Amino acid sequence: MIVAQVSPPEAADAGARLLAEVNSKTAGVSRLEMCIQCGSCGGSCPSASAMDHTPRGLFALIRAGERDEVLRSNTPWMCLSCYHCVVRCPQEIEITDVMYAIKVIAEKEHTYPNNVGPDFAGVFIGQAKRFGRSWEIGLTARHYLRHYIPRLPGMTPMAFGLFRHGRIGILPHQIHGKKQLQAILRRADELERAR
Amino acid sequence: MSSYLYYPGCSMEGSGRSYRESLQGICEPLGITLEELNDWNCCGATEYVSLSTTPAYAMIARNLAIAAGEKKAGESLVAACSACYLNLAKADHYMGAQPALNARVNDALGAGGLHYDPGTVKVRHLLEVILNDVGLEAVKAAVKKPLTGLKVAPYLGCMVPRPDVDGAYTNHEQPNDLDRLLRALGADVVDYPLKTECCGGHMTQVAPKVGLELIRRLVAEAERREAVMMVTVCPMCQINIDAYQGEMNAMFHTHHKMPIVFFTQLMGVAFGLEPKRVGVGREYTNASKTLAKALKAAPELALAAAGAAPAAHRPRPDKRALPMPRMADSEVEE
Repeated sequence: MIVAQVSPPEAADAGARLLAEVNSKTAGVSRLEMCIQCGSCGGSCPSASAMDHTPRGLFALIRAGERDEVLRSNTPWMCLSCYHCVVRCPQEIEITDVMYAIKVIAEKEHTYPNNVGPDFAGVFIGQAKRFGRSWEIGLTARHYLRHYIPRLPGMTPMAFGLFRHGRIGILPHQIHGKKQLQAILRRADELERAR
Repeated sequence: MSSYLYYPGCSMEGSGRSYRESLQGICEPLGITLEELNDWNCCGATEYVSLSTTPAYAMIARNLAIAAGEKKAGESLVAACSACYLNLAKADHYMGAQPALNARVNDALGAGGLHYDPGTVKVRHLLEVILNDVGLEAVKAAVKKPLTGLKVAPYLGCMVPRPDVDGAYTNHEQPNDLDRLLRALGADVVDYPLKTECCGGHMTQVAPKVGLELIRRLVAEAERREAVMMVTVCPMCQINIDAYQGEMNAMFHTHHKMPIVFFTQLMGVAFGLEPKRVGVGREYTNASKTLAKALKAAPELALAAAGAAPAAHRPRPDKRALPMPRMADSEVEE
């Protein structure tokens, strides 16, 4: 009896490799291999309409070993971290953490669809590392000047509002243990690179 | 007096200032003390986990390690910001579940002379602490100015009821925790089915069209349900719905004016504190007038309600209509 082969064995290998790669970057246990392609995730997702692949579609691509397509997808960057899919997934897949894992890989290889998301994360964390705290005004000002010049006129009253209502400080708050935090993060970076 | 270690989070120092002010105001009436965690650092929000895994968890774990050293027996670590709460709880949870992650994070912590054993610190959200440790009876007892007639939409947001790493919620999509608390303050809590839908998080910064649409849904629904203000537990939700409402209105050609305040602010007002002292008026869409109007009308409404026959059920609008089941307030539990 001839059994129809859906995908060639190389694809299955590539799929297994990509699955392992994504799993290795996931903080907890992803359970991604348990996906039954039911689509509960996409159906629950408030930003699915802005994604080029639904989460279900993306997981199918992972299994098919379509590494380039997965890493170029805007899906993880549109993820809101609202965890709606996570509580609805019948297979209890940690979908949000999988999205983070794909972003981590895409960030490293610069394969993201556009740089607004990665840039925002980079600047946010750069400041948090430097001061130990996030610096709202510094982050927002830099981000808008870099990516959203057309939004600036609309945003100016908002910025004034923040000052008027005493909701924003000019200077960043800084922690005492900055050196300690930076030493921890340097070591963590080494460990992450060595994986 | 129960005491807790307290992790404020960066927003509380800036855009979420009214959350901090109101929380400081309500601690005494609630009989709790919050000791701020010494030299805490940013939790990394949802940004660091999108860049690099081990450093992201090491950054969170520094706070857990400090908390483990500072805490007295039985003390838990309380966070008021939803994202901070989730990050701290998740780091503790994953370090316990994943020995490899735990080893890497602790190796990194060692570079700063710190160590953290997962499970040492119990991370909790402020709302859950007020509901379970303080209790609704104590909250009711502290109320001096009931918010009778103030129609509010309880907006819990995502990260408190989900993913719920500690299994504290039986209902991840329609929990009534915030509803019960607000009802204890005397407020008229509207049925708000979008209570755990997302405010867009950082989407207002990275994909505004997506973020503003989510804000539109939330605000439009609250208005449709005739709420005069929304009530939140999260600084991110507050600033998104408050500060970006103008941009949202411009994009969709709408004219929504929905104030959004923190639940602690309404608690403070109900406990008899001056609205200004609990940060009311720091919103873009000002809540002061709405609140003042409600407070003025409240005593009469409360009197009218007390004088009226204690009807357990609303009269049926139409004799021919089918009777719909209505739960008495005391039955509305998880």
